[in-house]
Amino acid sequence: MDNSRRNFLKIAGLTAIAGIGAPTAFNSLLKGEARAGMAEEGGAGEAAAAAGKRYGFVIDTKKFAEDQGLAQKCIDVCHSIHNVPNFGADDKKDMVKWIWVENFEHAFPEHSQYKVSEEVEKIPVMTLCNHCDNPPCVRACPTQATFKNPDGIVMMDFHRCIGCRFCMAACPYGARSFNWRDPRPFIKTLNPDYPTRMRGVVEKCLMCYERLAENKIPACVEVSQEAGGMFFGDLNDPDSEVSKLLKEKFTIQRKPALGTRPSIFYII
Amino acid sequence: MYDKGKIIPGLIVFVGLVTFPIWYGFSGGGKLPNPEKPTIAKQCVLPTAEMRTSHMVLLNEWRDDIVRNGGTRLGHTEDGTEYIRSFQRGCLKCHADRKKFCDECHTYAAVNPYCWDCHFQPKEAN
Repeated sequence: MDNSRRNFLKIAGLTAIAGIGAPTAFNSLLKGEARAGMAEEGGAGEAAAAAGKRYGFVIDTKKFAEDQGLAQKCIDVCHSIHNVPNFGADDKKDMVKWIWVENFEHAFPEHSQYKVSEEVEKIPVMTLCNHCDNPPCVRACPTQATFKNPDGIVMMDFHRCIGCRFCMAACPYGARSFNWRDPRPFIKTLNPDYPTRMRGVVEKCLMCYERLAENKIPACVEVSQEAGGMFFGDLNDPDSEVSKLLKEKFTIQRKPALGTRPSIFYII
Repeated sequence: MYDKGKIIPGLIVFVGLVTFPIWYGFSGGGKLPNPEKPTIAKQCVLPTAEMRTSHMVLLNEWRDDIVRNGGTRLGHTEDGTEYIRSFQRGCLKCHADRKKFCDECHTYAAVNPYCWDCHFQPKEAN
């Protein structure tokens, strides 16, 4: 045959490529580099035996339903301590919020809303930054202005924020707010111990890191603890108050299927 | 020479104007900044010369250490005085007057730091 040499060279070349490539592919599979990833990255699976601290909250929504004024108390104390501006109830577009009230349907859209009991429908769900164990906002931030700190808090360094709002797009809980205007004139009473933000910066709940440094608990928890509304502690410490509560009670997280692994748990 | 009466005075005025920065500087015309020293404490966090040149670097180091690496808020001066490693709660406790301290040099050096967009002096809050 005329082209037998041509065919021979083609086959030889392909065999050589396959010979070089196969061991590399085989090795990476053996080492588990190309694993399916369901256990760690996707799904709602929690990483087993986590090391270090991971602060979290347990929120008893029933207590907030019993005492309707409690939610507002939490919001007021948080927003006054952290110099959060109030643009008025009409201005939803510019609104800045660190902790706010959501109804059951909006807080837990993954749950069936069909034939929900009247009691649950009326529950004021306290929502705040979930301080996820796998935070999508941190991955989206191009300047590392937001990051996960060793205590499990999703922290922010406002100095570094360039206001690109990628984190806001990434956060599935709407926990981040953007300063569309200068917030200073809209803060009723300034707290001199905490800075304000400037126009063009994103802000959110930082789990009262400044109070934790002084061995105090977050302000919202301090206000609602007596009524049993909120509990705070280290989720990785089996003897902490929150860990004990989580063992006793049935709790749910917001949008667990997204795999963000929130650190805020709700007793419904 | 034609127009001697115009050219020579003109040259004198020109040379005078061009060398204005030199003799203005020698005559002590440019007032040096004199930031007001606090009366509460005797010693600052670092020696004056270092504070003068690199206080902004120190502030950045404090911030990164505390916010990112879980560093402590407490610091000690050489004579053992305790201070809070914080701009608003530390520095401004002694250097309470922005106009008489910060702006004195910042205006002289024509720098416009954006500290005050977020941080404020204790007085401003009241």
